[in-house]
Amino acid sequence: MEPILEVRNLTKIYEGGVLANHQINFSVEEGEIHALMGENGAGKSTLIKCLTGVYAKDEGDIYLAGQDKPVTIRSPQDAQNAGISTVYQEITLCPNLTVAENLYIGRSKGPGTSWKRMNTGAKKILTSLGIPASPKQQLGTCSIAVQQMVAIARAVDMECKVLILDEPTSSLDEQEVEKLFGLMRDLKAKGVGIIFVTHFLDQVYEVCDRITVLRDGQLVGEYVIQDLPRVQLVSKMLGKELDDMADIKSDADAAAVDPQSTPVLEAHGLCSGAGIKPFDFSIRKGEVNGFTGLLGSGRSECVRAIFGADHITGGTVTVEGKSAHIRKPLDAMKKGIGYLPEDRKGDGIVGDLSVRENIILALQVMKGFFRPFSRAQAEAFADEYIKLLEIKTASSDTPIKSLSGGNQQKVILARWLLTDPKYLILDEPTRGIDIGTKIEIQKLVLKLAAQGKSVTFISSEIDEMLRTCSRLIVMRDRKTVGELTGEDLTQAKIMATIAGGEAQ
Amino acid sequence: MTAPVKTPGKKTRKSGQESLVKRLTRQQLFIPLAALVLLVLFNLIADPSFFAVSIKENSLGNPVLSGNIISVLDNASELVILSIGMTLVTASSGGQDISVGAAMAIAGSVILRLVCGGQVNADTMHMNLFLALFIAIVVSMLFGAFNGTLVAYFKIQPMVATLILYTAGRSIAAWINNNELPIMNDLSFKYAGTFLPGIPIPTPVFITIFMIALFWLVLKFTNLGLYTQSVGINASSARLNGLNPQRVKLLTYMILGACVAVAGFIRVSRSGSINYSRIAENIEMDAILAVALGGNALSGGKFNIYGSVLGAYVIQFLTTTLYKYDVPSTALPAYKAVVVILLVVLSAPVVREKLSRLKKAPAKAAKEVS
Repeated sequence: MEPILEVRNLTKIYEGGVLANHQINFSVEEGEIHALMGENGAGKSTLIKCLTGVYAKDEGDIYLAGQDKPVTIRSPQDAQNAGISTVYQEITLCPNLTVAENLYIGRSKGPGTSWKRMNTGAKKILTSLGIPASPKQQLGTCSIAVQQMVAIARAVDMECKVLILDEPTSSLDEQEVEKLFGLMRDLKAKGVGIIFVTHFLDQVYEVCDRITVLRDGQLVGEYVIQDLPRVQLVSKMLGKELDDMADIKSDADAAAVDPQSTPVLEAHGLCSGAGIKPFDFSIRKGEVNGFTGLLGSGRSECVRAIFGADHITGGTVTVEGKSAHIRKPLDAMKKGIGYLPEDRKGDGIVGDLSVRENIILALQVMKGFFRPFSRAQAEAFADEYIKLLEIKTASSDTPIKSLSGGNQQKVILARWLLTDPKYLILDEPTRGIDIGTKIEIQKLVLKLAAQGKSVTFISSEIDEMLRTCSRLIVMRDRKTVGELTGEDLTQAKIMATIAGGEAQ
Repeated sequence: MTAPVKTPGKKTRKSGQESLVKRLTRQQLFIPLAALVLLVLFNLIADPSFFAVSIKENSLGNPVLSGNIISVLDNASELVILSIGMTLVTASSGGQDISVGAAMAIAGSVILRLVCGGQVNADTMHMNLFLALFIAIVVSMLFGAFNGTLVAYFKIQPMVATLILYTAGRSIAAWINNNELPIMNDLSFKYAGTFLPGIPIPTPVFITIFMIALFWLVLKFTNLGLYTQSVGINASSARLNGLNPQRVKLLTYMILGACVAVAGFIRVSRSGSINYSRIAENIEMDAILAVALGGNALSGGKFNIYGSVLGAYVIQFLTTTLYKYDVPSTALPAYKAVVVILLVVLSAPVVREKLSRLKKAPAKAAKEVS
């Protein structure tokens, strides 16, 4: 079959000399779903951004079906006109416009706009895809999942020949993912070539036909899905055999918690302006616990309340037996609490600042306005943690925004480890990052616990939580509905508790 | 269909391989420096006597340095000092304070009211000059706090928030002196705006150097830079790292207030009098321009104070050059605009990207040949 899109010898070098893509060859056929796999920093996002005109490629050509000459794509508009549509991992729509406006923005042919036609058109698209949003609703008021689906609807509606989905599922729940897959299969039947980037292996094997694997900016190979078992895919992505999961598990058993000790942190009736119902919480020295529940069940709101990130409306907190008045993040930090937020881009990184500045930020703020670290001291801190966490960066002077997602997350982790917290809250530290880093982070959590630190770990992937947590607090509709320990820590039991009712 | 893994290529290019031109153009200070060099070259070619510095006697019979260069350094003083504060405000709030000209009128009015003791035509100082300056700084910082509160706590767009003081400032300045135009005849009052006895270099130059050094020290020995940039780039993240973004924004507006007071002090010291409607007119636009020329994003975030300082000197150099060639003062803005368009377009990231690409291509070709 003739490829609908073909990339030959594409090379992209970033400012500062990072070789993000080196001589990549890649093709998508008509009516296939093609997975693009690789660790963070492997060059997937770069390749996609070159295809869609966000970045200018340095070398190589892009060919489209039915055209002898390579196409030039200088802007996302060019890419759209050429029939290449993209839905990015991060929402790239305008939150202050309505859903309908977002669906049609930048697509009008003439100078005028018929608001009526736009709204009815949007209504039709939304119903056909089963997206629970109204055309006149402001996009920012929709949940992240719905925003993501609107972005997909927009791409789909543009009658594209090639649809690029860059980790569209990372913020969708299972039902929404199924809905998306249904849509992808429909499009496939219509002859659309889909490039699918995801970190979820299950999803790859569920919908994809072929896989292209990248590593360190280079092409590893292109495979038909039946020929590549999972384990091999993972080892090709990592460039080594996957660490045995059993290792992690045995570490977990080693971390013993003294049930008689004074809790490192204890909260009673804590509630915040973010709409969380009053909840009790405690964590002991060396313990790893977690909040679980569906998207929007209030997991993040709970930990934000503990850290003082939202407006606290009630409840008492004691830290190591002493009453603590935590009203803002700095209060929590001074009590030895660290918090890695869920939204890495929005709440975590300070994009234009260097890796070094991002690492020292929290400790520097604790140290005080009039006591800045010397440059040499800051360099030493940064280098130590870049080495310790194996952060892939050109130098400690590189702006953090030019790092890959997983490496950005490691920088935020480094920031909090540097403050030497007694209690560390990690809200979705593994979201949208590659398997290798995911395992590294889980191991790190258990290592911290073994060193006597307490960790609250939140993840959408239940098996990750089972692997790391010794106690799980289950949330539903913004309140805690159960607590599971020991033998109860099974996938089935958690599901049942989340679902509620007689299943328990 | 498996493709073999290629041997890993070089992951990074050594910076030494990049052409000098490319490294230069990437520097933030490239555009203001290049503009300065061009202005110098233009003047050297057109008329080298531009740079002549001579010793003349001023009206008091003291020998003082005179010449275009001295005039640039002297007259840029207010703008340089304002641009420092404006850079901080821009970095933290992603917007600009357009009330600085009007606020300078207030600060100047306060100083004159205090030293003249309420008289319209005073022959002696009624208050210690430093005390008067100190009070003016406090008043100015309070007005800065007013702007900062609107921006930080009421989340009003900086330009809209400061439009209030921009509109009302000159009236407030007039009200402070009961609508009179006080004149200070004591010669010592003019020391700060002209020359100190026995010193041939204009005093504003020293005050400017002092302010630049002061901010160099502040940025070195406090976290003002890190905090301001963090808040400007990602306020939400800054908050979760224990910062109070509102307070940081407020602080930068108050610092700008202090800068405004010093600039206003210099301006009234030059003549010993004040004209409320004309003093420091349109200086806010030049201050914003200085920040932009210095390669700082007007949308906030990362900043370089020295870029803004350089930008301010470039603007004054340009003005002085135009005066030298007898451009009438009414036509001056039009000439300035042409140069400003060029500079701003050249310093735009889009254009700089294109420029560095242009320069990269031949360099690469040359390497392949060798």
